[in-house]
Amino acid sequence: MAAKTRTDRALPGFRLTLGFTVLYLSLIVLIPLAALVLHSAGLTAGQWWDTVTNARVAASYKLSILTSLSAAFANIFIGLLLAWVLVRYRFPGKKIIDGLIDLPFALPTAVAGIALTTIYAPNGWIGSLFEPLGIKIAYSPLGIMLALIFIGTPFVVRTVQPVLQELETDTEEAAAMLGAYRWRSFLKVILPELISPLLTGFALAFARGIGEYGSVVFISGNMPMKTEIAPLLIITKLEQYEYAQAAAIAVVLLLISFVLLLGINFAQRRSSRRSNAV
Amino acid sequence: MAGIVTSPRAGESSPVVPKHLTEPRIVRGILIGAALLMVGIIIVLPLLTVITQALSKGWEAYLSALREPEALAALRLTLLTAAIAVPLNSLFGLAAAWALTKFRFRGKNVLVTLIDLPFAVSPVVSGLIYVLLFGAQSFIGPWLAAHNIKIIFAAPGIVLATMFVTFPFVARELIPLMESQGVQDEEAAVILGARGWRVFRKVTLPNIKWGLLYGMILCNARAMGEFGAVSVVSGHIRGETNTLPLHIEILYNEYQFAAAFAVASLLMLLAVATLIAKSLLEIRIAGGSRKHEH
Repeated sequence: MAAKTRTDRALPGFRLTLGFTVLYLSLIVLIPLAALVLHSAGLTAGQWWDTVTNARVAASYKLSILTSLSAAFANIFIGLLLAWVLVRYRFPGKKIIDGLIDLPFALPTAVAGIALTTIYAPNGWIGSLFEPLGIKIAYSPLGIMLALIFIGTPFVVRTVQPVLQELETDTEEAAAMLGAYRWRSFLKVILPELISPLLTGFALAFARGIGEYGSVVFISGNMPMKTEIAPLLIITKLEQYEYAQAAAIAVVLLLISFVLLLGINFAQRRSSRRSNAV
Repeated sequence: MAGIVTSPRAGESSPVVPKHLTEPRIVRGILIGAALLMVGIIIVLPLLTVITQALSKGWEAYLSALREPEALAALRLTLLTAAIAVPLNSLFGLAAAWALTKFRFRGKNVLVTLIDLPFAVSPVVSGLIYVLLFGAQSFIGPWLAAHNIKIIFAAPGIVLATMFVTFPFVARELIPLMESQGVQDEEAAVILGARGWRVFRKVTLPNIKWGLLYGMILCNARAMGEFGAVSVVSGHIRGETNTLPLHIEILYNEYQFAAAFAVASLLMLLAVATLIAKSLLEIRIAGGSRKHEH
């Protein structure tokens, strides 16, 4: 079959590299993921439904979804601001700031987790400012959201930045010549071009946030029904040897991420086809 | 998933925006100020916290936290894990990129999507799948136990979970890079009589070496810093199955904050070094691809 699908190209190594790719992919990714699906199939449909709709599980999904949605929403504005300033303006230290944007990708999540908890705890640098106002940041959903904002920041910046860089200034020029105010030409000319990367960045940040563990688990406080995120509940179920239940909770989490992933891929393919057509 | 949006961006040639197309000075000032404030609060503050907390009990305490036998054991396991996961995933990345970019075949898009899959999986789920596959309750669990093979709650499980979460890093750097370089160079070499391995070593490798290194550095950063996936499979046996991130968690939960941050500062240094290496490589890669275009 390989020989048949092989093209006119005379390069060597097709069977070897494709064979290794498929083998390694199967061993490391596909078979273990299949084990997860099989394990959750150990439950009957009724048990499965009871597991994932159990009050504590439902509360954890709700918390994970709401905190990562709101964090990703905040990331849209923070990301747009940072991308704009980095692409359009010059200021001292710009390169360093640009490099620092990727820190949340590079910093191990456990390090981020304990650092953020220390900052936002009632006696921390920022937590102590809000404590007198009666606002609790660490050990509350607000703290979870802030940790997810940290994790999600690079996603929006790095999807918007290249688009903003490539943006032709012709239309802006025309708008300016026609006497449009800056703000108006931003809204009417620039922003529409950025909607697609902003949404992609939003979806990426959301998908990452919903499964995030390390940076959240320290700051969340982990109170069942209140500040217990879905990934943590999986670990709790594992520690109680409830393997099938852990698998069931995980499958729902996986499905949410896969739907997001497919949506992003679909949207990107569509927008790249559109820009190719132009 | 474009999970980690790290593809090298083209050089830092910030376009000079004509005056009538930019904002009034005061607006620019406010926006730059707001951006700096955001970066300060979101990114710089955590870094400063790690440093000040790590040194809160002085240099003596800092160094002794790093010299603990358990910290050293965790460091060894972290290095070992990365030393296995990074080369294997790099080999995979090279093979996958070669097959996907030098040949045409059906099912290519599916393969690319599957390679990205681990980025869409929660770290906790990444660990869970190996527990379900190799744990005591699993299908092969009894057989493994009978043969005295320990995977879960032992180093092999940690390595496997790390391989899973770092799986796409090298492949997703190399695939677009090799795609953009086409096949002409390799085909010419074949016509001139070069064979398989030689074509790769003499023609392909020089073209992709910086991209490969870039992917490996990102892969390594994640491999050494992974927490969630490793936490599920490790069993947290002190001095035996703790990596550096897990060691940090244990110290923190025991209220040994200064020691936890001291160990954390090591991983922070790794992150900063990774970012610096990444920026330097981006300049090289951007330069290289510009040369390629002309």
